[in-house]
Amino acid sequence: MSEREIVLTVNGVEHRVRVEPRRTLVDTLRETIGLTGTHVGCEHGVCGACTVLLDGEPVRACLMFAVQAEGKAIRTVEGLATGDTLHPMQQAFMDHHALQCGFCTPGFLMLAVGVLERQPDITDDEIVDMLSSNLCRCTGYVNIIKAVRAVAAQGRVA
Amino acid sequence: MTVVPARAAMVPAGTNAPRLIGQPVARLEDPPLLRGEGCFAGDVSFPHQLHMRVVRAQVAHGRILSIDTQPARARPGVVAVWTAADVAEVPPIPFRATKVQGLEAYCQPVLARGVVRYVGEPLAVVFANDAYAAEDVADLVVPEIEERPALLDAGEPPREFEPGRDTEPTVIRKGYGDVAAAFAAAAHVIELDLSVGRHSGVPLECRGAVARYDASRDVLEMYGAAKKSHWNRDEMARMLGRSPSTFHLYEGHVGGGFGVRGELYPEDVLVCVAALRLRRPVKWIEDRRENLVATNHSRQQRHRIAAAVDAEGRILGIRDQFFHDQGAYVRTHGARVADMAAGLLLGPYRVPAYEVAGHFRLTNKTPAATYRSPGRYETTFVRERLMDAVAQKVGIDAVEVRRRNLVASAEMPYARPLDALGTDVVLDSGDYAGLLGKALSRAGWDDRKAEVARRRASGEIVGLGLGMFVEKSGLGPSDGVRLTVDPSGCIELVTGAGSVGQGMETALAQICGEALGVDYRRIRVVRGRTDQIEFGNGAHASRVTVMSGSATQIAARAVREKALAAAAEMLQADPADLDLVDGRVVRRGGGARASVGLDEVARHLHPSSRYIGRRPPGLSAEGWFYSDHMNYPYGVHIAQVRLDPGTGMVHVERYLVAYDVGRAVNPMLIDGQIVGGLAQGLGGALYEQFTYDAQGQPLATTFADYLMVTAREMPDTVDVLITEDAPSPLNPLGLKGAGEGGTNAAGAAVAAAVDDALGRPGFVTALPVSPARIVAALATARTGAAS
Repeated sequence: MSEREIVLTVNGVEHRVRVEPRRTLVDTLRETIGLTGTHVGCEHGVCGACTVLLDGEPVRACLMFAVQAEGKAIRTVEGLATGDTLHPMQQAFMDHHALQCGFCTPGFLMLAVGVLERQPDITDDEIVDMLSSNLCRCTGYVNIIKAVRAVAAQGRVA
Repeated sequence: MTVVPARAAMVPAGTNAPRLIGQPVARLEDPPLLRGEGCFAGDVSFPHQLHMRVVRAQVAHGRILSIDTQPARARPGVVAVWTAADVAEVPPIPFRATKVQGLEAYCQPVLARGVVRYVGEPLAVVFANDAYAAEDVADLVVPEIEERPALLDAGEPPREFEPGRDTEPTVIRKGYGDVAAAFAAAAHVIELDLSVGRHSGVPLECRGAVARYDASRDVLEMYGAAKKSHWNRDEMARMLGRSPSTFHLYEGHVGGGFGVRGELYPEDVLVCVAALRLRRPVKWIEDRRENLVATNHSRQQRHRIAAAVDAEGRILGIRDQFFHDQGAYVRTHGARVADMAAGLLLGPYRVPAYEVAGHFRLTNKTPAATYRSPGRYETTFVRERLMDAVAQKVGIDAVEVRRRNLVASAEMPYARPLDALGTDVVLDSGDYAGLLGKALSRAGWDDRKAEVARRRASGEIVGLGLGMFVEKSGLGPSDGVRLTVDPSGCIELVTGAGSVGQGMETALAQICGEALGVDYRRIRVVRGRTDQIEFGNGAHASRVTVMSGSATQIAARAVREKALAAAAEMLQADPADLDLVDGRVVRRGGGARASVGLDEVARHLHPSSRYIGRRPPGLSAEGWFYSDHMNYPYGVHIAQVRLDPGTGMVHVERYLVAYDVGRAVNPMLIDGQIVGGLAQGLGGALYEQFTYDAQGQPLATTFADYLMVTAREMPDTVDVLITEDAPSPLNPLGLKGAGEGGTNAAGAAVAAAVDDALGRPGFVTALPVSPARIVAALATARTGAAS
């Protein structure tokens, strides 16, 4: 299949890459650009492990092609921390033991950061609804909910 | 008077080191995982690697007439296409033997030989330069298969597996006492027919394996290992005819284990064979559809159980016949799950006579093995259903029937004349009635009952249920740890155990830090690598904290003694006057007087040190811990549910797990294990199920079909009560494992609560609970009320 050259802007950095039009965004991020923090959990858009932000909106990177993301601002888990300082959402996940194996964690972080940036006054119940769009098999969610509620309560994301 | 907790005795006498054991300290594992800097199997790549894609059977049972690989081989970028004939010399996947004999003929070949036995069975493999191309080319491999009828119910009579063998490889029989006499003397006999559906661990990370052969060192390596790295290495070395010392497995980050990940599967062997033959690194990453049909299934059993009880509901005897649906082949666990089901069914109760026959049967479904709380989730459901039925029969409540039958703490250790996993079942310690009381009090049982009655009167369909259980943990026989203090004072702890994400690095570092007298954050835990330590028994069966934790304490105490002896030379002091605090050797009560850091002690003992003399150099030690018996944590689950009259869906409003772990190393991690385990237990009770159509086609092949609990389905309130009332006498710290208690009784407690909500004792006979049956029951109740 013929390749196309595109420019993807990931965490503020431009990457000029050659991809087949059918290549998914998540495979391009992971395999072509080398940002393996975004994970592949189901490849059919249910688990949310591959969630990244596209112009601020959480999307499933397994359900779109890289060529569709050209011209958009893509943010991944690698862009959350500032040097040694964790993003408040990352810190809250650590403080509340909101991760175990950590495989779903990047997707949950990007989902929660994306939603809280757009909706800083989100209610506790809306947080549960929002988090129910991703799957975690280790934690039973209770501590993920606590972590996101703590960040929302402190208004630290927006 | 000050009460000193028993654990104080475990801290080295006279030390004033800060306590680490029992503290909810932050995890060492978190930073890279939070930053996207983890290294899972899919993150491992090597230059010039090939990608393997598996061609899988699309029919459940049939004879392979031919497999045409020519069109695939002809495509550019394809390096090889293999069928069974290409790997004829590779033996089938082995299993971890128990005393059960005769299973070898039922083991799975790495590629199907002559017959396919389940949808998803590997038929062929394609190796190509690109993962997308490999997937394309796999579609060009065309098998011609003559279909045969699929056997899908383990309760049906066995059929032929191959000439001379049927689909019942073995029947697990255990028992003791005079069961016939017990039933003859019974005031009541209660019989139930109960089933548990087909579930699996379904980690969020699919499996993956990356192999490479380094001819320059003559070493074969496989990345993506987990759980049982040493056993898998040793077995694959035997299968491939290599020396184990030239073959190493590497466990990186593992995206959840739950029993299924890290077992030895055909794909692991195939990437290793390919790396050797094709002389290029070979990467295989499972996709989710494959994961749901190719990775171990678990759970599915049907029990026909009967209890003989006296007029007061005291058990006189239990008789059980069960059918274990093993799927198409015997996998790495052999018949262990059925064996555990038979050996551990009795849980916390006194049962004078017992007889069980577990029919271990093959069907045309994905092969099965362990999933968190294997054999116990199933039998706790069965046993606790039985206890509720006994209560109903003799007219007492769910709490009273249990109180009358629990093994008393005064009877501990309580030896049952049974074995499980080849070791005698000796309940090592426990106060079952005590924990039941604590759980009822914590849940506010009486208030809850009153609240439920009130709400029911106002038309809500709400109910309460409880389940009790005994878990097992700390499976031996041994584990070792090697501790080394490097010249910078940093400590490396190498263990043969593994991590599947549960936080074992932190727990071991806490035990090490406390025993040695150093900050746990100075300890780096190396695990899951066969090249770093010669032996290891891995991470499963809630064994790591018990076995490797105990070995860690032994090694840390040995390093501490060495450090104090060396520091005594350096400080010209008596070792008895020295202590190790926060990484420095100090004089006891010596205030600001001279001290030396562990880094200085390590340099003092360096082979190039002028002080080393002729003694063995280095500030390091190995610790080994051995155990002949498992230990037995125990717990109580209490569920409060509300049923939706329109949909029949069960909403869990409140949930309590009370669990005695003997001694909690890190309560935060244990709480996490329990709540996470509960989510899986609830999934099995209410949502998760691998179903098949009449031809054996799997119907749950996506996450839209195999429904796992999300944040929305978790109970509104989850409470966890961790107790330390019954430390295990089998290890110095009193530890018991904490990995499986959150899962164990979830099916049992939810079933009881649904019964209670419907006012229909014994209504739930199968897991997952069927909303359709609930809707029908409610409709019948309405019709009955109207007529």
